[in-house]
Amino acid sequence: MYGKGLRPLSIATVAMLALSLSLVFFYAPLDADQGFIQKIFYLHVPLAITALVGFIVGGVFAIAHLRSGNAKWDAYSYVSIHISVIFGVAVLVTGAIWAKASWGHWWVWDEPTLVSFLIVFLLYCTYYPFRYAIEDRDRQARYASVFAVTAGAFVPLNFMAVRMAQSLVHPRVFATSTGGLPGSMMLVFLCSLAAMALLWLTLVKFELAAKSASGQVKRLRRALDAPGSGASSRIAPEVS
Amino acid sequence: MLALLLADAPALPLDEAGKYVAGAYVVFVVLLVIYVSIMASKVARIERELKEVASFAEQRKAEEKEEVSA
Amino acid sequence: MTPSRAAFAAILGKELRSELRTLQSLPAMALFAITTFVIFRFGLDRTQLSGSLASGVLWATLLFAAVLGINRLFVAEREEGGFDAIRLAPIDRSVLFTAKVAALMVYLLALELIAVPVFALFFLGSATALLPLVSVLLLADFGLAATGTLISSMAVNSRARDLLVPLVLLPLIVPLMIAATGATEPLLALGGPGYHRFGTWLIVLGLYDLIFGLVGYAVFDFLLED
Repeated sequence: MYGKGLRPLSIATVAMLALSLSLVFFYAPLDADQGFIQKIFYLHVPLAITALVGFIVGGVFAIAHLRSGNAKWDAYSYVSIHISVIFGVAVLVTGAIWAKASWGHWWVWDEPTLVSFLIVFLLYCTYYPFRYAIEDRDRQARYASVFAVTAGAFVPLNFMAVRMAQSLVHPRVFATSTGGLPGSMMLVFLCSLAAMALLWLTLVKFELAAKSASGQVKRLRRALDAPGSGASSRIAPEVS
Repeated sequence: MLALLLADAPALPLDEAGKYVAGAYVVFVVLLVIYVSIMASKVARIERELKEVASFAEQRKAEEKEEVSA
Repeated sequence: MTPSRAAFAAILGKELRSELRTLQSLPAMALFAITTFVIFRFGLDRTQLSGSLASGVLWATLLFAAVLGINRLFVAEREEGGFDAIRLAPIDRSVLFTAKVAALMVYLLALELIAVPVFALFFLGSATALLPLVSVLLLADFGLAATGTLISSMAVNSRARDLLVPLVLLPLIVPLMIAATGATEPLLALGGPGYHRFGTWLIVLGLYDLIFGLVGYAVFDFLLED
C-alpha cells in the first residue's frame, strides 16, 4: 500500500519546504561576492544532490531487482529515475539562470559540476527510449535494471573525469564548495537539502501510489471479466 | 586575468538580482505544478475507469438476479 | 585448459575467423574513419592539426567508427542462435562477454593500425607522438570495448538497434573521451609531444576500464536469461 503514510510524509515535506524557504530569505546572510544571486544556491544545489542520490538509489533498486526477480523493485527503480530526471530538469534550468546572473551567459562550460550533471542527465534521458525499444516486458525490466546499475556506477566516475578536465588555472565560477560555508549558511543549506529529499520521497511515493491504483483497477477488470483494458504504458512498469 | 576581474566585479544590484532569484524559484514551482497536473489527469482516468468497472459489476449483478428469479 | 578458457578461445576464434572471412565490419570502419578525416579537413578548413583540435578530431572519428563495429557485434549471435548455445552450454555465461570484449579490442586495434597513421599523414607534422599514443589507445580501447559490448548485447534484442547503441553509448563514453583527449592533446602539441598530466589521465582511463569491465562482467549473466 503506497498511499499509506503518504499524507504525513507530504505534510512533513510542506513544513520543511516552508521552513527552508523562510530561512533562505529571512535568515541566511547575504553573500559577500555574489550578493542576492547566491540565494539560488539553496535551490539549485539541494535539487542536484537529491537528483544524483536518486539516480544511485535507482541503481540500488535495480540490483535488488536483478537479484530477486521481483518486479516491484523494477517499478521502484523506474520511478526513482523518473522523478530524478524531473529534478534534473529543474537543476539545469536553475543552473542556467544562476549562470546568466553570475556570468551573463545562459550556459558556461567552466562549471564542472553543472557540466557533469548535464552528461548524467543526458544519459538518464536515454533510459526511456531504451526501455521503449525492448518489447518483451520481462526482458525490458531486466535490461533496464542493467542500465540503471551501469549508469549508477557511471555517475561518480563522470564527476571525477569532468572535474579533472577543468584547467587548473581557471577559477571556479560558483565556488559552491560547502566546506567554505559559514555556519548560518550551512544550516539553511541543510534544511533546504532535507526539504528537497523529502519532496523527492513524497513524489516517488505519490507516483507509486498512482501506479498501484491503476494496477488494482486492471486487476479488478480482469477479475470481473469487464471489457476494455484501458491505456497501458509500454515502458512504465506495472505495480500491483 | 579576466576571471580575476570578474571575481572582483560587484554583485548585481538588488532589483536586478531579485528577478533572477525569483525566476529560479518560479521555475521550481512551475515544474512542481506541472507534475501535479499530470498526476491529476492520471487520477481522473483511474476514477473514470473505476466508475466503468463499478457500473459493469452492478449491471452483471442485476442480470444475475433476473436469471435467478426467472 | 579449463572449460571457460576453452570456450573463450573458441568464441574469440570463431569471431575473428568469421570477420576475416566476411569482412563486414573492419573495412567499413577503416574507410569511414579515413573519409571522416577528409570531411574534417574541409569542414575545419585546415591541413595541419595540433593540440586539442588534432586530439578532438582523432578521438571523435575513432569513436564514431567504433560505433559502426559495435552495432554489428552481436548480430550473428542473434540471427544464428548463438545466445541459446551459450545458455545451454555448461560454462560460465560471462565468457561470452569476455570473448566479445576481446574481439572488439582486436577490431579497434586493427582500425587504429590503419586510421592513426593515415591521420598522421593527413594532419600531423611528425610521427614522434605516435609511440606514446599507443598506450592511450590501448587503455581507451579496452574501456570502449567493455562498454560497447555491454550496450550492444542489450541493443541487439531490441527494435531500432542501430539507433540505440549510439544513443546510450555516447554519454557513457564521455569520461573515457575526456581522459583520452586529455592525454592526447599535449602529445600532439605543435612543438613536440608533451606529457602534461599524462600519468593522471592514464590512471583515469585505467579506472574507467576497471569499473566498466567489472560491471559488464557482473551483469552479463542477467542479460542472457530467457
